[in-house]
Amino acid sequence: MSRCTERLYNGLVKENPTFVLMLGMCPTLAVTTSAINGIGMGLSTTAVLIMSNMLISMLRKIIPDSVRMPAFIVVVASFVTIVDFLLEGFVPSLYDSLGLYIPLIVVNCIILGRAESYASKNPVLPSIFDGIGMGLGFTVGLTCIGIVRELIGSAQIFGIALPEKINIGSFHMFIQYEPLTIFILAPGAFFVLACLVALQNRIKRNLANKGKKVPAAAGCAQGCSSCASRGICGGHPEDGMPAALSEEAAADDAQDRKAENEESKNSENADTGKEGV
Amino acid sequence: MNENYNVSSSPHIRDRITSSKIMLLVVIALLPATFFGIWNFRREGAWLLVVVTVASAVLAEYIWEKLMHKPVTINDFSAVVTGLLLALNLPPTLPLWMGALGSVFAIIVVKQLFGGLGQNFMNPALAARCFLLICFSGRMTYFVYDGVTGATPLAKLKAGEAVNTMDMMFGNISGTIGETSVIAIMVGAMFLLLMGVIELEIPAAYLVSFVAFIVIFGGHGFDAQYITAHLCGGGLMLGAWFMATDYVTSPITPTGKIIYGVCIGLLTGLFRLFGGSSEGVSYAIIISNLLVPLIEKITLPKPFGKGGEKA
Repeated sequence: MSRCTERLYNGLVKENPTFVLMLGMCPTLAVTTSAINGIGMGLSTTAVLIMSNMLISMLRKIIPDSVRMPAFIVVVASFVTIVDFLLEGFVPSLYDSLGLYIPLIVVNCIILGRAESYASKNPVLPSIFDGIGMGLGFTVGLTCIGIVRELIGSAQIFGIALPEKINIGSFHMFIQYEPLTIFILAPGAFFVLACLVALQNRIKRNLANKGKKVPAAAGCAQGCSSCASRGICGGHPEDGMPAALSEEAAADDAQDRKAENEESKNSENADTGKEGV
Repeated sequence: MNENYNVSSSPHIRDRITSSKIMLLVVIALLPATFFGIWNFRREGAWLLVVVTVASAVLAEYIWEKLMHKPVTINDFSAVVTGLLLALNLPPTLPLWMGALGSVFAIIVVKQLFGGLGQNFMNPALAARCFLLICFSGRMTYFVYDGVTGATPLAKLKAGEAVNTMDMMFGNISGTIGETSVIAIMVGAMFLLLMGVIELEIPAAYLVSFVAFIVIFGGHGFDAQYITAHLCGGGLMLGAWFMATDYVTSPITPTGKIIYGVCIGLLTGLFRLFGGSSEGVSYAIIISNLLVPLIEKITLPKPFGKGGEKA
């Protein structure tokens, strides 16, 4: 895998910000009352993430280390302002339903986290792809939650109501469906998020048990030598390789891989905790 | 002789009463209210809702424990108690599948996901009632009595209309299946008190603090008729005697029990007098359930000999 496609895969599956890293929980829980809102929020964040990753990566040799956080915030806030005005101008209905959560993208920990842990240390092109991957991973996560909540909570999919009558030839089936309102309220967000995370953990575990190659979230994209949490991580101290590369190298032995999965699962919390700004 | 040499950790003296016996006693104590409710709402077909709700609670517990490869504990009657309490808290006209859904939520989400009997952090039946109340607020507040749709006496009381306290005492009123007859509930509660299953602290503290709140903030002063109507209306009696006294979700020490009862009483009064809806017993109890760990922490008794006067 080239570096760019590896970044896409990393963001979408291996370190999916919603289901694996558990970052950006505030918009995840608050705006996913419908699938459209989820997509809107996800794509706005993706746009900001790509642009800010690109700019921060370009400026990475100029920004002094001691003031990097304010510098990142200024960059991110500029792009968020642009996205805010664009949404207000062109999709006012989405803008109304997302409301306060658009300006809050500034402090979304996915964006600051990627700036801090990836874009500020890597060349421009991989940083852009990192932004695309992470952003799309976030979008997919929010849309999945949004679809489930909308389907159960208001009996609609993407704003289209479920049919009340299904015709199969001359056979008519009437569906009487009472939506469970709790699913478009706050508790429903927690229920759905928990179920989806459990589901994806289950799928990954089943694949691992079958000896298939399973993406394990290591939480760290760069080598261990430069990592701030190498003291507590214990992930791949001996080879000093990026987690993704070392996984490919060790891909021969299924037994080996299973142990590795276990190991990186254990270190996952420590890593993501460091990254969540 | 041999068993005298058994080495084991404490407790060394065990009562013969077990969890399943206690649960069975609670089921027996609930029977008067259940049968009265079924008779009272015979035209609405309440018996079917009770049967479906209890059966689905037991079935949910059985299926979950089978799927999770855990020991099946449906013989301890705890699922029956949960299902029955939930059924008594539902309006008789509720569609059957909603009752079943509430049971499944109570057993799987509130009880089993947190570790089964003894581990749940709030009363499963009340949590399920609140779940249903949020999901289907229209259905859950749609009360029919004798074929006539109408407001519950408690709602009339809140609107300032006159109510018949005698009817509220006997239970010939609209409401949820098990809450209407104060006399039937009290018969069960007295049975539990006499058998030593529940103690007086929690219900007494609950009722006294609730009455105090009503007297101070109700706007009627010490009006016996108004207070009686509030005590007999809604789920107050059912909640005070059967839900607030749930072992798992109430404090252990006598002081803790009194603090807990006062919390529920004040919250119930607050919700009834100043809240949007006319009833607030279930929310008051589950919020107080959440306070129990904190209450336990401050009322933890000192071990003998600890913390005496410093010399």
